[in-house]
Amino acid sequence: MTAPASAAARLGERVLLPLVGLAVVLAAFELAPRVGVLPRASFPPVSEVFGAFVDIVGTEEFRAALWATLRAWGIAMVLVTAVGVPLGFLIGSSKVATLVSRLTIDFLRPIPSVALIPLLVLIYGTRPSLKIALAVFGALWPLLFQAMYGIRDVDPVARDTAKAYGLGVFARLRRITLPSTAPFVATGMRLSAAVALILVVTGEYVVGVEGLGKSVFFFQSGGAYDTMYAYILAAGLLGLAINVVFATVEKRVLFWHASQRSTGLVTGATA
Amino acid sequence: MTRHWLGRPALQLVLPVALIWLWWVTSANSTSYFYPPLSRVVDKLRDDWMFDRVSTDLVPSLARFTAGYLLAVVVGIALGVALGLMPRLRRAAQPVTEFLRALPPPLFLPFVIVTLDIGNTSKIAVIALGSVFVILLNTVDGVRGVDPQLLDTAASFGVPRHRQITHIVLPAASPQIAVGMRTGIAVGLIMMIISEMQGSTNGLGYRVLAAQRSFDTAGMFAGIIVIGLVGLVVNLGFVVAEGRIMRWYRGARGLLDEQTVERRRRWPRRAPVVDHPIAADDDPVDADGPSTAPIATLHLAPTESR
Repeated sequence: MTAPASAAARLGERVLLPLVGLAVVLAAFELAPRVGVLPRASFPPVSEVFGAFVDIVGTEEFRAALWATLRAWGIAMVLVTAVGVPLGFLIGSSKVATLVSRLTIDFLRPIPSVALIPLLVLIYGTRPSLKIALAVFGALWPLLFQAMYGIRDVDPVARDTAKAYGLGVFARLRRITLPSTAPFVATGMRLSAAVALILVVTGEYVVGVEGLGKSVFFFQSGGAYDTMYAYILAAGLLGLAINVVFATVEKRVLFWHASQRSTGLVTGATA
Repeated sequence: MTRHWLGRPALQLVLPVALIWLWWVTSANSTSYFYPPLSRVVDKLRDDWMFDRVSTDLVPSLARFTAGYLLAVVVGIALGVALGLMPRLRRAAQPVTEFLRALPPPLFLPFVIVTLDIGNTSKIAVIALGSVFVILLNTVDGVRGVDPQLLDTAASFGVPRHRQITHIVLPAASPQIAVGMRTGIAVGLIMMIISEMQGSTNGLGYRVLAAQRSFDTAGMFAGIIVIGLVGLVVNLGFVVAEGRIMRWYRGARGLLDEQTVERRRRWPRRAPVVDHPIAADDDPVDADGPSTAPIATLHLAPTESR
């Protein structure tokens, strides 16, 4: 797999192959509807989807939808972080707290968050708060768990040494706790970010809260499938961008940590 | 403190009991439309879900989930092994897999609805599409993590490719495959519910939304509780099954808790937990699933690097 190769060959492997693969897939989805393998009416060729994408990108409507989605996602992530990290530290650092909260967490976590949609509709109608609440409920868990595991992983010798040298609570937090839990928190935030986006878009699509998801539903019901797919493409690209940003930040900020020297698990998105 | 006579179970129950009690008390005299008394929710739970709607809603939901999820598992593992073993194909597929992983799974719903119409097939397809990628990508990662020396050794001993996959690749990748399958359950359940909220005539998601639309808040809460229980039971079932199937792995990695190790040291079922590679029997598949012993033996064989 890692055969020594010349720079040119490596370039071919790294850049050319993905491009070729992408080209093949795009060509397949261009041709399939044209020759009738896929129904032309409901599945426009990719060139038309890209055309529609180019058309919508400049529009005020698209920017408003994108902003609505991004904003809700951002607010949800701030809330998830503000609640998940301290709560995870609190629960994780005490055996009693872990025991007391375990059953409750184990019960709440597997509840598919989308089950709450009807309740949230009652409370919020189609206001953005609906998708934010939905995203917070679903995206809290990955970060909470990572923070819990992280705090348990703090080296007790370092902690006790800092205590013995008379470092205060905040100094210990800054010098010991935060650096040693940083990789866990970073992983948790990356996972939570993906889940939060899923749930924000779900709220928009299912309930009709302003945003990319609602636009998808709007053009789906209107039968403008090329525009519908263009919005789906936009949502996918947004997800990709969020993934890339979080992975890059994780790498940059935690370059010193051992976890960055080998690849971790691809846990993907849970909700 | 945890050694107190009340012990661990009691401590674990404190918070849930307190929360339910709080819910019960604060809602008891509630006349709010949003916040019906818990007693009425419990009545609804009994009237609706014991057991009238089990066959009309719960069973169809679970049947679709099972079908879609199993399809995702089979396709995800098969494709994942293929991509994991073929680096060039994996590179070529990368843009597509990365995009599909980043795409919020609920957006498979519009695609399936406009292509397949609304029905059981489309719901199963949506569940499968939603959960397949996380299984696939984890399988790819697990397969990539297989020690290439093992495969080279097996190849030089003339082990045919399909046996290499069943005896080396799949067991070695199984912990990561299990991670993907567990995540897949969560996504699959989400897809199950939202597919039923969009143009359906039965199912858990349909029932909850219908209750809300007919101003039956207690019924809605009852439905949410049922969905929560389904999520809990499905996850629990998976954890138990995984624990049984993957016990060999924890044993081999020294991840079993002390009690289990001690118990197995005293009453070994077949092979001791930490055994000598030579001591294992010839058949690599024993009662506890594939044994790692033959792999450990292969480690000793001289190999060439790729």
